[in-house]
Amino acid sequence: MNAIDHKFALLKTGQRKGIITYLTAGDPDLQATEAIVLEMACRGVDMVELGVPFSDPVADGPVIQAASKRSLEKGVTLDGVLKLVGNLKSRIEIPLLLMSYYNPIFCYGLTKFIESASCSGVDGVIVPDLPLEESETFSRDLKKAGIHLIYFLAPTSSDERIKATVKRAGGFIYCVSVAGVTGARDDIPAQAHKLLKKVSSMTEVPLALGFGISSPEQVKSIGKRGSAVIIGSAIMKLVEQGGGREEITRRVGTFLEEFN
Amino acid sequence: MELPDRNGYFGSFGGRFVPETLMSALQELDNSYQHCKDDPGYWEELYYYYNNYSGRPTPLYYAGRLTERYGKAKIYLKREDLNHTGAHKINNTLGQALLAKRMGKSRVIAETGAGQHGVATATVATLFGLECVIYMGEEDMKRQELNVFRMKLLGAKVIPVTSGSKTLKDATNEAMRDWVSNLETTHYIIGSVVGPHPYPALVRDFQAVIGSETRAQLLAATRKLPDYLLACVGGGSNAIGFFHHFLEDRQVQLIGIEAGGRDFDPGNHAASLSSGRPGVLHGSLSFLLQDQNGQVSPAHSISAGLDYPGVGPEHAYLKQSGRAKYAAVSDEEALQAFELLAESEGIIPALESAHALAYLEKLMPLTTGENIVAVCLSGRGDKDVAEVSSAFSVGQEVEKI
Ligand SMILES: Cc1ncc(COP(=O)(O)O)c(C=O)c1O
Repeated sequence: MNAIDHKFALLKTGQRKGIITYLTAGDPDLQATEAIVLEMACRGVDMVELGVPFSDPVADGPVIQAASKRSLEKGVTLDGVLKLVGNLKSRIEIPLLLMSYYNPIFCYGLTKFIESASCSGVDGVIVPDLPLEESETFSRDLKKAGIHLIYFLAPTSSDERIKATVKRAGGFIYCVSVAGVTGARDDIPAQAHKLLKKVSSMTEVPLALGFGISSPEQVKSIGKRGSAVIIGSAIMKLVEQGGGREEITRRVGTFLEEFN
Repeated sequence: MELPDRNGYFGSFGGRFVPETLMSALQELDNSYQHCKDDPGYWEELYYYYNNYSGRPTPLYYAGRLTERYGKAKIYLKREDLNHTGAHKINNTLGQALLAKRMGKSRVIAETGAGQHGVATATVATLFGLECVIYMGEEDMKRQELNVFRMKLLGAKVIPVTSGSKTLKDATNEAMRDWVSNLETTHYIIGSVVGPHPYPALVRDFQAVIGSETRAQLLAATRKLPDYLLACVGGGSNAIGFFHHFLEDRQVQLIGIEAGGRDFDPGNHAASLSSGRPGVLHGSLSFLLQDQNGQVSPAHSISAGLDYPGVGPEHAYLKQSGRAKYAAVSDEEALQAFELLAESEGIIPALESAHALAYLEKLMPLTTGENIVAVCLSGRGDKDVAEVSSAFSVGQEVEKI
């Protein structure tokens, strides 16, 4: 069984909301990323999404753009992030997701990517600029290797698109809370609740709400229809504050304490 | 078959590589466009503005003195520089602004490199009473100060883009981020035949007026089709617009000229078709300047309008199918052509267009007096005189030493 599916089954039995955390890998460096992920696992985070840096992150707001830039300046590559996943997998049990824009994967070669991702133990792949229409073969081939391609739905998604997406989706569906880019916000917009309500009426696939999640209050307010939340920019802001590897790790750990 | 196909592909290039949030907006745009395409009233309105506002049809001018200089094929210039706002860009912005109005949008946004597309967008926004925001790389704002002032004068808000390489590619990222956050009110007027489907198709269709006029004008003047068509390629809109109505005329050789910059080292040029590899940027799969890890490389050209690491997917298809050929000329060669046209014909070309003219040096020796070469003079050079004068004075100082 894929580790993501297993995790959501456990969450369901425990009637608990899953916490998925996002980190741009390689900011400030890959060792720091490793230390932070280990800390996250200790703190009871349910899954970690590792972002591969990209020169043109169109779906991201200023915080993750800046993180991506710093990581690229450190020379971090898709290969490097895959190796990191491999390392982490031998030490922790939580599912690991790899987030990358499409071009680094396309350039790496789709077949080779699936092989490497499978070898490293990647459980799910998130490609923000690869919509349903462009990913039929890729998602099928990933699935054969036991990896889910995680699909997005947004408040702007039409009913038709939602239907087609839930049909193909596996692992969970990444529900985007606002029509916009990544970045921490204070509330959960009404359109996010509407989206969760609509999609949950159409599928059993778990829904994770992302974009703008930064506080335990928000997590409580998403209600029963969302199975998990994804916290990204709020964490990368803490990483951005800098200091040594240990200091950053401690800062992120303290932040996550509140979500328990 | 009419390309692109239903999914926005030209052969294996094109498509829609964008976040899910944008997909419905692209579908809406495609539906509106298909609807307008079949509506004679829409084209009637567009041609009203082409003819009465922009000054179409633009002349096809026989460049006698330039022809004499080479003593080979007859050279014709398609005078897109005589359009209102000084370049072919307004063919597209008029078309898209009318589309935006029909979609009920109150706000338009655009990216700009040289500032020509920004000026053309700001102009039509004023004309149709739309709010207008232009994204422009900080570097480009310095290079093209005059156009920044023009846009502001026309009531547009110009937002400096400080991310990445601070040029056209980054301005495009920022415009896409704005669009995804303001879909209800906003139409994104992309400035070239790039981006996700349906943009490469609809921008082409608006620019195709260049080639359809050229065809009729040449046939009227010479009773012949041209042997060669030359156009510069940044994103590729003036070139596609020039080529489109000649695609079926196999005897017409289509040549697109890219910016060869300083040299062919990475970061020193913008020749995506000549030296890039297939990749995905800004929503479509096409040729792309990128490193071995799939990170997009910075581009360089003396002309801000060609300074872009990607290129429209239809050009990738035309290259792969062999229907069009692509070559690159250097900054230096473009500067020489800039000067040559000014001196020989009294026409100051845009630095972008000067790239197409520069290729005459290579092409003309291969032609005969029977041949006809038509060059798309995509824009005028007023915006470039400061840049060129500083390039020349640097050159002169080097000579003195
Ligand atoms: C005069 C002129 N020609 C050409 C271009 C390049 O664009 P395209 O290749 O889309 O025609 C520009 C872009 O700004 C321009 O201003």
